[in-house]
Amino acid sequence: MSQPTLSIADVEHVAALARLGLTADEKVRLSKQLSSILEHISVLSRLDTESIPPTAQVIEVANVLRDDDIRPSLPREAILANAPRSEGGFFAVQAVLGGGEEDPA
Amino acid sequence: MSDSGALVWLTAAEMRRKLDAREISAVELADAHLDRIAALDPELHCFISVMADVARGQAADADTRIARHDAAALTGIPIALKDVLCTTDAPTTAGSKMLAGYRSPYDATVVSRLRAQGAVFVGKANTDEFAMGSSTENSAFFTTRNPWDVSRVPGGSSGGSAASVGGGLAPLALGSDTGGSIRQPAGFCGTVGLKPTYGRVSRFGLIAFASSLDQIGPFSRTVEDAAILLGAVAGKDPNDATSAAMSVPDFPKSLGSGDPDLRGVRIGVAREYNVAGMEPGVTAACDAAIAECQALGAEMVDVSLPHTEYALATYYITAPAEASANLSRYDGVKYGLSVQGESLRETYERTRGEGFGPEVKRRIMLGTYALSSGYYDAFYLKAQKVRTLIKRDFDEAFAQVDAIIAPTSPTVAFPIGARTDDPYQMYLADVFTIPANMAGIPGLAIRCGFSDGLPVSLQLLGKAWNEATILRIGHAYERATEWVNRRPTLEASAVL
Repeated sequence: MSQPTLSIADVEHVAALARLGLTADEKVRLSKQLSSILEHISVLSRLDTESIPPTAQVIEVANVLRDDDIRPSLPREAILANAPRSEGGFFAVQAVLGGGEEDPA
Repeated sequence: MSDSGALVWLTAAEMRRKLDAREISAVELADAHLDRIAALDPELHCFISVMADVARGQAADADTRIARHDAAALTGIPIALKDVLCTTDAPTTAGSKMLAGYRSPYDATVVSRLRAQGAVFVGKANTDEFAMGSSTENSAFFTTRNPWDVSRVPGGSSGGSAASVGGGLAPLALGSDTGGSIRQPAGFCGTVGLKPTYGRVSRFGLIAFASSLDQIGPFSRTVEDAAILLGAVAGKDPNDATSAAMSVPDFPKSLGSGDPDLRGVRIGVAREYNVAGMEPGVTAACDAAIAECQALGAEMVDVSLPHTEYALATYYITAPAEASANLSRYDGVKYGLSVQGESLRETYERTRGEGFGPEVKRRIMLGTYALSSGYYDAFYLKAQKVRTLIKRDFDEAFAQVDAIIAPTSPTVAFPIGARTDDPYQMYLADVFTIPANMAGIPGLAIRCGFSDGLPVSLQLLGKAWNEATILRIGHAYERATEWVNRRPTLEASAVL
């Protein structure tokens, strides 16, 4: 594990990946707090885990399949009742094509 | 019979007997609890929503059903629901501004199962935001108070559930446990709390935090009541592919009757469940409990769980990583808060920036970092390998013993505000509960004494699918001791 100290620029990069808007104060605070937490977490580097398989699941469950039957689902209106904006039976979102403002990443 | 003060301290099992004998009605029982909530909750802040009208309707239906001699185990019994369980007839907020007022179009499977039993829902209980915390201080709405001392936290994240049961506002509650969020608050509030085996209870309709760890389980004031509630909600659900097709034992029956007797039971004592900052009152109460189990005939065996010290770090990679993925759904488009920006991307960022509180942001950031390109192997993959070592420790210990006994938390309930400055200090509150989640095994927290007037709790850890064994041990211990009989003196402060 590398020496993890998160700079403000690192915080901004991670926040962008997470689509999380942060204020300037929050960035400063998170840079300190996350660096401190990462330092605590770095104890794991003391363990040699080269030959240890990762845990994929704690309880042995085989693939769970169901019959491919058509079943009733919730009514569209019940789902859209919680939508901040809907239009013609769909969730409405701002345009992402044509304006060129949306980062494709 | 309308002595509501006496009614609220009955166990669910006693309520069942009195309801079926028609000594009390479900409506009386519901009113007694709703009255107590009205009197005490302005001080305790257990509930984000009180479901008074729903409860009265359910209670009237329950009385009809009882009159038909058609009662199930929980018909007419009041229950509090942690506000991460989706309900169609009350808002489901997860303790977050992001979901303030959100009305789910469907019920969680545990909620439907309780409805089918005829249970009475008194309210949606407070929680740290998205179940992330150990004190309810991360709730976006308010901090719940500990019924034993209102200047102290109830623990968390299921602090509203724990305080409501501990304070006599409900005999039963459901909570969720990702790293100790049932057992730790149960301990702080002096109640019983059980985290079942991963896969034992359906999580359909549980607002997801960390999907490889989350599990729903009961709060109660006696072990028998926990067994009853677990039995009512456990079992395979086609709507949750991670719920296991394991047969569900008759948990109340497996408790055993007759005098408390632990002969033939082997209980492991792990020396690793001891940390700097462990309170002497906790150590003393747990040592006395170990001696009591021995006196009841159990064979106490030293076991070693050498990777225990790494569990906290493993958890604080695994849980935030999974949370960062689960919480990506809160985007201001489908439901919940939406803060419009200049572009869709800005709408996402502003919605999430304003909707999430500080702890949730920290964990999303930590998890996103741990999963980001170049860091995945060093963090998430490493944590999953250490998780294998933690699980192997338990596998080896359980080859020798039926259960492991340990303190639930290193301390009793701490004062409100005492740990809010340093996130890692708050994380340490769960140091003894996290390993069970990492290994998927069940853990039962029960009261084992008092330190300066505050409850101390021990936990019994069991083999996967073996809740019945730890319930049986806990039941024997509870009946052999007097701790279960003590109540908080809330009434006095409410009268003032």
